Amino acid sequence: MDKNIILQVEKVSKKFGGVKAVDEVSFTLKKGDVLGVIGPNGSGKTTLSNLITGFVEKDSGIVLFKGQNISRWAPHKIADAGLARTFQVMRPYPTLAAYKNIIPPLYSPRARRTARGKLGDRSAVAIDILEEVGFERDARVPYKLAGTLPLGYLKRLELCRCLALRPELIICDEVFSGLSMSEIASMVPLMKRLQESGITLIMVEHRLRELFKIADRAIVLNFGAKIAEGSPGEIFNDDKVKKAYFGGEDDYVFAK
Amino acid sequence: MAELRKERLDRGVKVRTDSIYAVSSMKEIMFLIGPGLALVIILLVLPLLLSPYWERVLALTGVYVLLSIGFGFLAGYVGMVFLGGALFVGVGGYISGLLNTVGVPIYLSIPLATLLGALLCTLAFLPCLPLRGIYFTMVSFVYPLLAARLIAATGVFGGTDGLPGLDVFPNKWVSLYLIVGVILVVVFAISRLVNYKDIGLVLRGVKDNEQAIKASALNLTWYKAQAVFITAVLGCFGGAYLTHLYGWVGMSLFATEFSSLPVAATVVGGISTVFGPMMGAFLLVPISEALREFGTLRIVFYSVIMVCFVAFWTEGLVDYLKRKYEQFEHWVKV
Repeated sequence: MDKNIILQVEKVSKKFGGVKAVDEVSFTLKKGDVLGVIGPNGSGKTTLSNLITGFVEKDSGIVLFKGQNISRWAPHKIADAGLARTFQVMRPYPTLAAYKNIIPPLYSPRARRTARGKLGDRSAVAIDILEEVGFERDARVPYKLAGTLPLGYLKRLELCRCLALRPELIICDEVFSGLSMSEIASMVPLMKRLQESGITLIMVEHRLRELFKIADRAIVLNFGAKIAEGSPGEIFNDDKVKKAYFGGEDDYVFAK
Repeated sequence: MAELRKERLDRGVKVRTDSIYAVSSMKEIMFLIGPGLALVIILLVLPLLLSPYWERVLALTGVYVLLSIGFGFLAGYVGMVFLGGALFVGVGGYISGLLNTVGVPIYLSIPLATLLGALLCTLAFLPCLPLRGIYFTMVSFVYPLLAARLIAATGVFGGTDGLPGLDVFPNKWVSLYLIVGVILVVVFAISRLVNYKDIGLVLRGVKDNEQAIKASALNLTWYKAQAVFITAVLGCFGGAYLTHLYGWVGMSLFATEFSSLPVAATVVGGISTVFGPMMGAFLLVPISEALREFGTLRIVFYSVIMVCFVAFWTEGLVDYLKRKYEQFEHWVKV
């Protein structure tokens, strides 16, 4: 199989009761690429990331990561293989200082392996990682309790937890949502930098304008099914996508 | 009238001793290690001062102290509210007793029972570790009840009569200083583990957010199992100790008191330090003994004390003292 393909998702499905949350979604992702996953609210974007990362069990379908079948792996094992994720609803350890939030992932077997015994003092490494994503070094921010940090820093903290694992692929679940325009403006170059450092990204997003500054390809979900895939131009001109986002012609009740 | 507000400020000596300047003078070193040193001295001197009756109480209190430290560690730092302490005491006690009946001497049977028992208990709890919150608590509470019924129903290990005639400690000094020594080692070791070791942060992460631990490529069950094992070591040692304190093993080792008193001790002592549950148990068990002459009324007194703590002083004793020790308080105008 193609060595350049890092992730292959084949006909992944999940039902919650009678609702098809994710319905036979397939896509492939090349190493170093940035793939956007977009779709209206409730279209199954977050469930798809949960299925790929093992946080929710699949009903059917196969996920191949670097050629390995990870379909039935536990979440920590998938993360250990190098597929990290952020959460849409941030999950910090609120009672720990921000930099201490990064120590558990640095303690993981993967972090020890990738550092090859050169990890040194974990606190120092943790602060380095925080600085990398835009925490000021000398300010008190890294030492504040994570529970007291504003939203923008929490989103960055989510990314830090992934970066501590030195992942090959990160699934970013709505890193831009809830941020102010200026915060987003500072996040975009950060994501670009991650891509340039060789990390493959899947970005689950609502903010298409910012997304397409980073991603060159996207898939569109609606009611759990993939309805389109391609470049920004192709997606914006796709009839199914227009219908999903703006409603079909039948909905124009005032039309004559 | 101007409104007043209580302001709390860290004492200068506290601020200084947080950093490298801690070693700048004898006085500041004492501020730092004073409370710990006082604890060590009090516990080491205590056995010399007590009457034979209170020596017995101290030995029993010691077992409750270990269980309470374990409960506080699991509930306060790992987020697992564990109500199965009696299982540890029972398993540790029975293993030690059984080893002793086949001729294993006391100085081997206690450590063996501690480790084997802890391993066995951890394995027994392995299937329940994915459970969270109240579900885990309920299941943990059932285990010791189940074990006791099992022994009563099948009549194994002497059934309801237990195993009498086991070895006892050679003299009271061995029994007293063994439990005191173990308490001191345990309380400082666990305090160090949760405050200064990276694995302590992982465990606190388990309490704060299990999903994030999984996303950090850490095996959640493995770390929960380690935490349960640490607690089981404390409980199983307690059980093995009681066995050789009384020279007898019986179903009373699975008594619900071993599971429930640590909760009370943690409420009274405060949950935010390892020392809180320990102090709670050191207070509650002797109070419970002192109230014995009131007969059944002692439960009433005891419950009133408990309710007062829960309702009016949730902070807990050690947390309160720690605050007074480390901070000034004064009224300022708003």
